[in-house]
Amino acid sequence: MTGTSLKSVVESLLFVSDAPLTLDRLCSILEEYDMNDIRDALAELDADYVREGRGICLAEVAGGWQLRSRQENADFLRRLSRIRPYRFSQSAMETLAIIAYRQPITRSEVEYLRGVDSGGVLKTLLDKKLVRILGKKDIPGRPLIYGTSREFLEAFSLKDLAGLPTLKEVRELTDRDLLEQQEELPLPGMGEKSGTE
Amino acid sequence: MTVVPPADITLFPDFSQAVYTIRTESFEGPFDLLLHLIKKNEIDIYNIPISAITRQYLEYLDIMKELNLDIAGDFLVMASTLIQIKSRMLLPLPDVEEAGEEEIEDPRAELVRRLLEYSKYKDAAITLSQRELLGRDTFVRNFPAPELDEIKPEQEQPDVEMFELIEAFQRILATVPAETFHEVGAEGLSIADRINELLLLLQGSDAVEFEDLFTGSVIREQVVVTFLAILELCRLKMVKLSQQQSFGTLWVIPVLLEGGDYIVTEEDLDRDFA
Repeated sequence: MTGTSLKSVVESLLFVSDAPLTLDRLCSILEEYDMNDIRDALAELDADYVREGRGICLAEVAGGWQLRSRQENADFLRRLSRIRPYRFSQSAMETLAIIAYRQPITRSEVEYLRGVDSGGVLKTLLDKKLVRILGKKDIPGRPLIYGTSREFLEAFSLKDLAGLPTLKEVRELTDRDLLEQQEELPLPGMGEKSGTE
Repeated sequence: MTVVPPADITLFPDFSQAVYTIRTESFEGPFDLLLHLIKKNEIDIYNIPISAITRQYLEYLDIMKELNLDIAGDFLVMASTLIQIKSRMLLPLPDVEEAGEEEIEDPRAELVRRLLEYSKYKDAAITLSQRELLGRDTFVRNFPAPELDEIKPEQEQPDVEMFELIEAFQRILATVPAETFHEVGAEGLSIADRINELLLLLQGSDAVEFEDLFTGSVIREQVVVTFLAILELCRLKMVKLSQQQSFGTLWVIPVLLEGGDYIVTEEDLDRDFA
C-alpha cells in the first residue's frame, strides 16, 4: 500500500524534475516517508523499468536520480530532437579527460600534458559548461584553475567523479609527481633534467 | 541511332586526384604524432631509436608543409627537443665516479615519461567518449524551470529601461547618508571583488531583488561600486534584469541553467579585471 503509492509519488517527482534529484532532496520533499522506503522505491522503479523493457530508465547521475530514455532507442530519439548531438573532437575529449582526472588543474598544466596549446578547446568546454573555473592557484601569476562541472557528470552519465573509469596504469617509469616538476619546467627542459626520483 | 560519347571524354575533369596526393591523419599535437610513429614502427616506447624517430618526425613535418597545413609552434618545439636528445645521445657518458651522487638519466627519459602520461589520457578520452552520452545515447526531458517563468515578464514586455535602472539606483543612493567629511586614502573597493561577492550572493537563487544586492552598503562608494558591478555583470551577460510592471520590483536573474555554476572565461577576466 504505502510502498506502491510511494513508488508512484517518486516516479511522478522524477518525471517532472528537470534535473537529477538527490536522495536528500527526495527525503526533504517526502518528509513523511522514511529514507529507506524511498531508497527501496527507487530500486523498485529501476527494476520495473528494466523488467518490463520500458522506454525509460532510472539513471544515477551527478549524485542524483533522473529518468532517461533507454539507450537502445537512441536512433529514434535522435530523429525527434532537432538539436544535433554533442560531438566532441579528439582534442576536446583529451582536454576534458585531463581536466576530469587531474582537477584542479591550470591551463598550462593541461598544455604540458597534451603538448599543445589548449586555450581554444578550453574556451569551448567552458562555453558548453562542461568545465568550470574553480578559482585561482596560489602561485605567481595566480592562474585560473579548472575542474569539471555537474553538467559534465550528467553528460557522461557519471554518478560522481569517483565513477570515472580508472586510468590504465602504465609501467613504473611514469612519474607520479609530474605536475610538481612542471611548475618550474614548462618545456621538456633538457638542461634541467629533473633528477627528482 | 544514338551517339555514344567516347569513354575517355569527361565533362568534369577529375581534379581530386591531383589535389589529394597524400592522405595523412591529422594529429592533435607532437605527442600524438610521436605515438603514432612509435606504434607504426612497432617500437618499444622504453627504448626509442631516437635518430630514426627524429628523421620520421621531420619527414612528417615536411609533408604537413607540402599540404600547406599550418605547423603549430608546438610541433617545432618537439622537433628541436628530439634533435637535442639525439645530440645528447651521441655524447659520451660522464664517468660514474665523476657524476657522484647525481644519477645519470637517459636523455630520453623525460620525453618517454611525458609520452606515457599523454597516452594515458588519450586512452581515457576514448573510454570517456564511449560512455552513454547525454544527447547522443540517452535523452532527458527539457523544460524551463517553472519558478523562473513566474518572474520572467511576458515576451512582449521590454527589458528594464535604462531610466528605470537609474531611478532604482537613485532610490538606494537616497537612503545612504551623504558623507560630510573627506577621506584621504580611502580603502580601495574593486569592482572585480564586488562582482565575485555578487555572484556568490546570486548563486543558487533564481532571482534576487535589485535592492537586496545593496544591503550592507552604507558608504556611498560601496553603493556606486555595487551598481557598477551589476552593470558589468549585465554587460558580460551573466545576469539579466527584469521587471514585471513599471515601477515594480526589479529582479536580478543570474543567467544560467538550473542554478549551476557560474562561468567566467579567462578572457573575460583578463580583459576586464586585470
